[in-house]
Amino acid sequence: MDVPVTAARSYDVAIIGAGPTGLFAVFELGLLGLKAVVIDVLDKPGGQCAELYPEKPIYDIPSWPIITGQELTDKLLEQIAPFGAEFRLGQLVTGFARNAGGRFTLTLSEGESVEAGAVFIAAGAGSFAPRKPKIDGLEAFEGRSVFYAVRNRATLAGQDLLVVGGGDSALDWAIDLVGTARSVTLMHRSDRFRAAPASVAKMRALEVEGKLRFVEGDLHALAGENGDLSSVTIKSRNGYETLDATRLLAFFGLSIELGPIGDWGLDLADGKQIRVDTEKFQTTTEGIFAIGDINYYPGKLKLILSGFHEAALASHAAFKVVRPEEKLRFQYTTSSSELQSRLQVGGASKAA
Amino acid sequence: MAILHVTDRDGAIHAIEGADGWRVMEILRDSDLGVEGICGGACDCASCHVIVAPDWAERLHPAREEELLKLDELPAIEPTSRLSCQIIWSEALDGLALTIAENA
Repeated sequence: MDVPVTAARSYDVAIIGAGPTGLFAVFELGLLGLKAVVIDVLDKPGGQCAELYPEKPIYDIPSWPIITGQELTDKLLEQIAPFGAEFRLGQLVTGFARNAGGRFTLTLSEGESVEAGAVFIAAGAGSFAPRKPKIDGLEAFEGRSVFYAVRNRATLAGQDLLVVGGGDSALDWAIDLVGTARSVTLMHRSDRFRAAPASVAKMRALEVEGKLRFVEGDLHALAGENGDLSSVTIKSRNGYETLDATRLLAFFGLSIELGPIGDWGLDLADGKQIRVDTEKFQTTTEGIFAIGDINYYPGKLKLILSGFHEAALASHAAFKVVRPEEKLRFQYTTSSSELQSRLQVGGASKAA
Repeated sequence: MAILHVTDRDGAIHAIEGADGWRVMEILRDSDLGVEGICGGACDCASCHVIVAPDWAERLHPAREEELLKLDELPAIEPTSRLSCQIIWSEALDGLALTIAENA
């Protein structure tokens, strides 16, 4: 996909990761008058809270006896709304460079670049990426006839499509692409589906109408030339079967890995967590901070509340990096008219 | 003393003393055998996928629907695949043998 490359937009701080810690960092930076951009590989904010357990209750958020992952995300978005942070969702930070002036340029997976005076890495356990089947020669087909998401329906039009998976993505796309693809086959390991029951019913109805075929099985091998798929061998209870398929859509959920951040020359503890100090939560590179589950320091506890605390301290430290000529005035939201103005709430009841 | 026998991803075998009431995922994570348990035992990430020795598979508490659905999401599983966060350690599991699955 061609994406026009525009001049890098400039921000005070670039936050990598839109989980609770990254979102709360927007708040702490905003109180100090610093403007943030938040980048996340997922297409929605919330990180693990929104992707892995949106409906599960969390009991250890101070002052919230019970709150679900999605509710926590929604409350944080409401809390940071006054600060007008910009989001770049569905994008991975692929490149990282330090400019001559000491500022940072981050390159995003869709080609855009953003520039910032400081970087907050709030990437949790790393970046979510589609799980891939372990099949010989898979790479040759990827991006050409094997996909893990639908970015461009045109590449599926008129094709013999095999959709693999039992969740909402698999069923929704299999149903949606009936009529676009020449044929649609849905394959899943069993007849248990994670997908919404209504989607399963719809799929079954299309099956009865002969517009979609459902098979139980696992991927075994791919055949084709020059990245163009021609058939897929599957393994089922009845043995092996070869299906005509020119396009494969595979939905095996998401795994989490550290990703490109691992190559930025930061000091990694155990190869997975970024070592920081406990005064500023700064990495070994000045101006790059790591907060939340991604960081490591003696005594570290991977708790959301730890991430909130770290976000506050890192924000104050980042102010001194981004605005070296200004004095940081420590104020409380209860009394400061300046903070209340930034929060877009009513005037201070007492003089600031 | 109840012992858990673990084959790690490099094929090395470890005998680990289990802690009563812990999730097997937590025992594996505590032993630094490469099991992350990213979601913390919520049956949501499958990073604690293990393959239980066949003679043990039937002796464990059967997998609940939520675990079966999560296992089904993975590109490849074995007949005795389990999510180790869903197995609670007790003395009765003394001798349990399992292999840590490849990261999917």
